[in-house]
Amino acid sequence: MRLAGHNYRTVCSVRGPLLFLDRVFAARLGEQVRIEVPDGRSLNGEVLKIAGDKVLVQVFGDTHGLDTDRTRVSFSDAVMRVPLGAACLGRVFDGSFTPRDGLPMFVPEGWQSMLGAPINPVARAHPVEFIETGFSTIDGLNTLVKGQKLPIFSCAGLPARQLTEQLLRQARLPDGGPFVLIFVALGLPHFEYQFYRETLTAMPGDFVAFVNLADEPVVERLLAPRLGLTVAEDLAFNRGMDVLVVVTDMTNYCDALREIATAREELPGRRGYPGHMYSDLASLYERAGRIHDRPGSVTMLPIVTMPEDDITHPIPDLTGYITEGQIVLSRDLQQKGVYPPVDVLPSLSRLMQHGIGAQHTRADHRDLANRLYRAYAKGRDLRRLEAVVGREGMLAEDRCMLDFADRFERQFVHQGERRRSIDATLDLAARLLDELDRAEDA
Amino acid sequence: MNGTVISISGATVQLDCPGLRIGDRVQVGRQRLTGEVVRLEGGVATVQVFEENRGLGIGEPAASAGGPLTVQLGPGLLGGVFDGLQRPLQRLFADGGAFIGSGQDAEPLDSRRTWRFTAEVTPGATIAAGQRLGRITEGHIEHPLHAVQGGELETVAGERLCLAEPIAVLKEGCDLFARQLWPVRKARPYRRKLAPATPLITGQRCLDFLFPLVKGGIAIIPGGFGTGKTVLEQSIAKFADVDVVVYVGCGERGNEMAGLLEEFAELEDPRSGRPLMERTIIVANTSNMPVAARESSIFTAVSMAEYYRDMGLDVLFLADSLSRWAEALREISASLEEMPGEDGYPTYLGSRLSGFIERAGVVETLAGEQGSLSMILAVSPPGADFAEPVTQSCLRVAGAFYQLDTELAHRRHFPAINWTHSYSLYQQEALAHFGREHADWPQLQQRCREILQGEGALREIAEVVGMEGLQDRDRLLMRTAEAIRLDFLCQNSFTEDAFAEPAETCAQIRALLAAHDRLLARLEQGDTLSDILQEESHASGRT
Repeated sequence: MRLAGHNYRTVCSVRGPLLFLDRVFAARLGEQVRIEVPDGRSLNGEVLKIAGDKVLVQVFGDTHGLDTDRTRVSFSDAVMRVPLGAACLGRVFDGSFTPRDGLPMFVPEGWQSMLGAPINPVARAHPVEFIETGFSTIDGLNTLVKGQKLPIFSCAGLPARQLTEQLLRQARLPDGGPFVLIFVALGLPHFEYQFYRETLTAMPGDFVAFVNLADEPVVERLLAPRLGLTVAEDLAFNRGMDVLVVVTDMTNYCDALREIATAREELPGRRGYPGHMYSDLASLYERAGRIHDRPGSVTMLPIVTMPEDDITHPIPDLTGYITEGQIVLSRDLQQKGVYPPVDVLPSLSRLMQHGIGAQHTRADHRDLANRLYRAYAKGRDLRRLEAVVGREGMLAEDRCMLDFADRFERQFVHQGERRRSIDATLDLAARLLDELDRAEDA
Repeated sequence: MNGTVISISGATVQLDCPGLRIGDRVQVGRQRLTGEVVRLEGGVATVQVFEENRGLGIGEPAASAGGPLTVQLGPGLLGGVFDGLQRPLQRLFADGGAFIGSGQDAEPLDSRRTWRFTAEVTPGATIAAGQRLGRITEGHIEHPLHAVQGGELETVAGERLCLAEPIAVLKEGCDLFARQLWPVRKARPYRRKLAPATPLITGQRCLDFLFPLVKGGIAIIPGGFGTGKTVLEQSIAKFADVDVVVYVGCGERGNEMAGLLEEFAELEDPRSGRPLMERTIIVANTSNMPVAARESSIFTAVSMAEYYRDMGLDVLFLADSLSRWAEALREISASLEEMPGEDGYPTYLGSRLSGFIERAGVVETLAGEQGSLSMILAVSPPGADFAEPVTQSCLRVAGAFYQLDTELAHRRHFPAINWTHSYSLYQQEALAHFGREHADWPQLQQRCREILQGEGALREIAEVVGMEGLQDRDRLLMRTAEAIRLDFLCQNSFTEDAFAEPAETCAQIRALLAAHDRLLARLEQGDTLSDILQEESHASGRT
């Protein structure tokens, strides 16, 4: 234990966002440091690695102007903590928790480590409470429940942004109330920021935003989601709120992770991403959940833009291995003018089975969903056949399935800007299946 | 032995602490974080820390715990939920709240719980080391208790016993206890290994019928995300006909573990009618818990599994997923700056893996009984590409390969086991057994395979000529294949269909094939398929 902060001018090298110091006494892993740049600015940093009296510091912010002679680094003897309090609601911060809405910083009620401790699996309550999103493809076939983490896999150019925006406006908790939204933007372009700002102010519930823009420091992309999740855990588990965390875009997060890992000379894995990316992503995604006998929940909707539309790319691949399902957007459907362009076949909600049925939605939900899937999957299969042999070469019953697949896309998946209640969704599903039965009998 | 922390890089910490041995358990820093010695150079020991070590400082103290990483074995393991270091999670939740902090600890076995002890020796008798002293009853299981040391008995415990008390005291002053410590990385001893012979009934039609597993066998289930590895593993954990199930959630989702715990607490073992948790041990090291503890979790779990095997029981070990374990190994190896092999995994991945998997098998125990340890291991290949090192290393030692197919999963065919690529090398043993009970089993299995294979070939032809261009015989085969797929191979884990006895399985496939033969006979007589089908649908419409 040291009594006060220590100051050093012993920087021996600067490499990317990393700073190496010599002759440091009793540093701690994760210790927070303050770096004074010769040009008068000051930056935050964190201790990443210590070997004897040599210390490696990760700098948060722009490293231009750092030198080895005059740069002063003070060690705080404390690990990085996040300020907490109900006063953060309605505020917009940047990736290092500095207000970016022009208002002064709020007075924290408490502080918490940014990393968060893992929830004891025994303490977790299994998520079962249905959330109505107003989208048939999600509510009917890939049901979202409170405490789930369900990413949206999008491709460049697909309307993931509109879908998210609409979801934020429409999502209703089981009791009909709105969520508290934690909005985390990573590497967001300015024009999208404008769009989301308007959405946030139009939200029915409270929000806290952490925004890192595309031209802001890369390291802060690794911090912002952790700040957001620490605030989310506090609001949920200490203050009993139902929190929805939206992170856009996880692809930028992973690229930042790769950039920093490379600067640290870590061994690159698949496509240059570090080998610990699975554990790193898990340390974010796994913070969603509910706890036994406590009100409040953290639900997570990360948005992942799949590079080259490739679902086997490490980012969507590792995400899919950790999250409880995925909502996949399809370029094909988008070109057909279907909105939202959700491809239900690769989409999945792992927690759906427990969140539907008589107590949550409706008794016939499971059966309808299973039949829709089967019929649509068969219709999609037959489309390939149709492309080769033509419609005439097909059996009458197969032609029925083809028609069904078309109707399903045009009427069930496509719904435009309108919100559909779960009842409307299930009624529509029953009608489509009825029509299919009648067509097959004819 | 005491020392100090001299360097920290993530979870890899170096200690100036002479006298340590490889594999020793150490306590690091003021928070007394648990770690394991993985490398020694001069007086410097490199330690892998099992807990979050942020805030650990240079110069903080470290001390040896005096031995390697161990598990406690004894009555009370069944029904328990542990983390990768065998910390009891229920106890941690009761004592320390919903979040697991660093430095939290509790005894794996409740030392105050009382057990019914039946002594088989009397005071004054002289016993030899290894001799049986008595037994403790835990649910449906009798724990035999053996003496670790010989001598003349001074006292023997009465009928009610808690683990903190000795079961017997020797005249020389040595206390004998009902629980023992076992180093996790060491396989427990047995007399000899036997060849597996009895099938392990999983309750999954597709597995039991097409790709049977045997007691003492090893199966791997590789599959991309969303293909249903976890649901399949959990279904098997519920219904398999074994005495004890050890389930390891290794680097997987917390919510899934919560679901498993809630479900197991409510369900009953379909055979004994007892609560399912009474035969289950769960080791939960979710993906956000420290990586090093994930690496040790499978060893912790398998040691507990072997302990029950040694009582002459059939034990099933399920891990979900082995890839996460391999990744933990890779992370640790990278932090030690070892030379990487394929895909960054250390070159010892294969040998470490086979060393672990070989702990499965049927054995003659030291007491001369027969016990078995079977393993079903999920593998999560990146990008669902089965050419990756973990799947390939597993294939070298596993006897059954259940490949899960993304295509099948997308059309909600569950369990999504690909019937062309999967295989089981235990075919012969299982067929011999099933054939005794159902004489036509081998033949039915052969025909079922042929039909599924035939469908694959016909599908390719149909893509060229269309279904209309196929002959009636072929269209009938495709109809039957579809029925086999949808009604027989598909099995919904969320309904009563989740579990099928072999007799039902056999009857069902027999009926499907008989229907096929009936229609085939009519085709031979000159009827057309559409006529027959129309007739049948009319007939069913009337009834």
